[in-house]
Amino acid sequence: MAVLTMKFNCLRRLALVSIVSSLVGCSESESLSLSERSIIYCSEGSPETFNPQLSTSGTTSDATSRLLYNNLITYKEDNTLGPSIAKSWHVTRDGKKITFYLRNDIPFHQTSYFTPTRNLNADDVLFSFNRILDKTHEYHDVSGGSYPFFQSVKFPELVERVEKINDYTVRFVIKRNNSSFLANLATDYAIILSKEYAEQLIPTNSHHEIDIFPVGTGPFLLKDYRVGSLIRFYRHDSYWQEKAKIEQLVYDISPSKTTRLTKLLAKECDVSSYPIAHAKISERNDLQLESVTSLNVGYFGFNTKKPPFDNKLVRQAVSLAINKQAIIDTVYRSQAARAKSILPETSWAYDKNTPEDIYDPIRAKSLLEIAGYAQGFDMDIWAMPVQRAYNPNAVTMAKLIQADLKKIGVKVKIISYEWSTFLRRLSLGEHQSFLLGWSADHPDPDNFFTPMLSCSQSKTVNNRTFWCNKEYDQLLQDALETTSMKKRKQYYAKAMAIINEEVPLLPIAHSKRFQARDTNVQGKILANFGGISFHHVSKVPPTATSESQSDEASAQEVDQ
Amino acid sequence: MLTFTLRRLTLFIFTMLVLTLLSFSLSFLFPGDTVINHSGQINATASELQLLNDAYKMDENIFSQYKAYLSHVLTGDFGQSMASQSPINHELKALLPATMELSLVALLIAMLTGIPLGFIAAIKHNKTSDNAILSLAMLGYSIPVFWLGLLAILLFSITLGWLPSAGQISLLFEIEFVTGIQFIDILLSDSPYKWQAFSNASAHIILPACVIALAPATIFIRLSRAAMIEVLSASYIRAARAKGLSFNQIIFRHAIRNALIKIIRHVGLQFANLVTIAMVTEVIFSWPGIGRWLIESIYQRDYTAIQSGLLVLSCFIFIVHILTDFIYAALNPLARGNKYGS
Repeated sequence: MAVLTMKFNCLRRLALVSIVSSLVGCSESESLSLSERSIIYCSEGSPETFNPQLSTSGTTSDATSRLLYNNLITYKEDNTLGPSIAKSWHVTRDGKKITFYLRNDIPFHQTSYFTPTRNLNADDVLFSFNRILDKTHEYHDVSGGSYPFFQSVKFPELVERVEKINDYTVRFVIKRNNSSFLANLATDYAIILSKEYAEQLIPTNSHHEIDIFPVGTGPFLLKDYRVGSLIRFYRHDSYWQEKAKIEQLVYDISPSKTTRLTKLLAKECDVSSYPIAHAKISERNDLQLESVTSLNVGYFGFNTKKPPFDNKLVRQAVSLAINKQAIIDTVYRSQAARAKSILPETSWAYDKNTPEDIYDPIRAKSLLEIAGYAQGFDMDIWAMPVQRAYNPNAVTMAKLIQADLKKIGVKVKIISYEWSTFLRRLSLGEHQSFLLGWSADHPDPDNFFTPMLSCSQSKTVNNRTFWCNKEYDQLLQDALETTSMKKRKQYYAKAMAIINEEVPLLPIAHSKRFQARDTNVQGKILANFGGISFHHVSKVPPTATSESQSDEASAQEVDQ
Repeated sequence: MLTFTLRRLTLFIFTMLVLTLLSFSLSFLFPGDTVINHSGQINATASELQLLNDAYKMDENIFSQYKAYLSHVLTGDFGQSMASQSPINHELKALLPATMELSLVALLIAMLTGIPLGFIAAIKHNKTSDNAILSLAMLGYSIPVFWLGLLAILLFSITLGWLPSAGQISLLFEIEFVTGIQFIDILLSDSPYKWQAFSNASAHIILPACVIALAPATIFIRLSRAAMIEVLSASYIRAARAKGLSFNQIIFRHAIRNALIKIIRHVGLQFANLVTIAMVTEVIFSWPGIGRWLIESIYQRDYTAIQSGLLVLSCFIFIVHILTDFIYAALNPLARGNKYGS
């Protein structure tokens, strides 16, 4: 009946007003309800798969991890670990046995292709991890058999086995104590799949569908996917936590940056990923620009095995002579945070008291004199030839450094090779200094300290400064062996102090990830790291924005 | 009328044969293996390649190769897209209706605005309004469509926020694919938001359709102006005037009808021009039609898609051309005797 009256109203208006104006009129009054309950997100690309275990691409985890799935444990607002599917967990004193106690009230998605008969239990957890760990597992080789994140953190070597204690208790037995193990389980990649669904696919020999038509426990479920065009999600109505506020979420796949901007300005998307024209967006009242500092660092490294950079004073002098802010303004176009240490300030382990050497060419000059280089010296800078988020243009950065160092009498030659040659010759130690960066795999602070600067890494791949400090390594070791967050933070603060004193490298910037949205869209979307989440996002009707805001304001006044 | 129909039909068949011959020869002219260009199967194994060679009779002479190609095309098998590896006829089925919808709406807009304006100009021959309309037509015809499209988006979508800038319909509406023509699909669907979807789709088509319609509309202005001037100076109009018929009677009873017939002849011809403009416009407005798909195929060097897309698109244009010819012939008995290529 309601539909009938609606039609009738429309028809009557058609008769009354001219055709076009009535069409627009109808859409404004009634589509509010639908658009109010939905969000359109302009995303930058199509996901490779709907199973984030199989890919480390940001586009894939943005479209899957936090929408479709849950992890055993998750990061809380303050970047510490908190419960999710596991309501609690226990680590034995030696750190080798970790027991998770699961919730029993977590239902899987009910979709057109799968109807669950039971809630999530230990079997699903075992299935999800054994698929990665056990090379003989029926699902291991499905969709390529490659689990890049887990291989990069050496997960299969670390985990001895996963045991089911009872239906809602699971124990991981690991070979050695490793405090970043839990952090790995909280990343976007360690999600829990449905074993029941996997078993349902076996008889029809359609194993690969598990990664194409996903079934998870997350706040949204997949409704429709058209490659290169759109992904449509519906709300998971029996979600075990608070239900999502919006009913429909559509990813409008728009790889072109200008198309995304146009759609954002024309209100065809509510939220846009990686926007351009930041100034234009900021100056509009109806749009909002947000950013989050990524877990990466772009740095200027010194070869500590080669003169003159084997001298600590020279390293200190050169790093004092570099104007980081100018680099951030030009190379990163102000889309980065100035790095005070190798660890971004968003990490829980970052010590707010870490001192930062401020640009000071006069002190730099005097340090050089003490080191015996009063006349300056010649050096080379190796600039990476590729573009990365942590360093969008290394050659420009090298030129800026060249100009800065000229002021203290140091002559710089810029060298750049093709990427693979560059990396190979760096590993041979032919360089004096170099511009490179590091992107963390997971938010655990160890992922910055160990790969970038530890002694073991100076012999293998990542540490191209060849700096090796026993005290620093011991601190990292101690930090990994303790489970107390407070103690770890202290160890890492000491480690940062050593880096600051020794300057094997000069951290320059942590790049930022940007997002633009309409001001009616409320709630947090960008996480401090990893994929995006639409769980807590809601929409205020455009015409009622000002009213509801004043309502909120008055409510707050009453509260006070 | 029967001979006229037969003539048009043979013309259609022969033109199509020439077109298939052209698209067939493209496979030889494009770089790469001919049979792979025909079929689009870039990842074929040796045994699959053998099967394809048999299917397209690649070992026999060029005539049987052409015959094999023709039989594939006639059964609707255009091979696979090299880029997406999905059958081209599926892609065409999804994309062609969107282009048809857009170009027909644009044609309608062009005719509904262009023809009356042309008539007005002719009636006010050599007066200010005639000159104004003619200058506007000249201006409209000279504006490049890609620039106009971007300007329209800038003004109507971004600055004024009146109309959407991309796509066929807001992604929030789920309309089941039945015919591919969005408006018909919406009316057929049982979505509770049917009318919202309908108005949303209308809002989406206005901007691209108007951008496409501008250039053909200016041509219609000039055509209808010329036709009307010619009709108005004809002796039967003078006779009507001498008999004391009022201005309205002369224009609406006699002049318009006779002028319209002259214009309808040109609609088919203008349609080819319009589809070309539509292809560029589809790219600008992200319209999910065959033009955008064809341009993407060119970027991706998807030879199979290019040759089949061209074939289908030209076939579509040709059918519209013949249809307008029929309408013209039905309205104007004098035209039925005309020979080919009129």
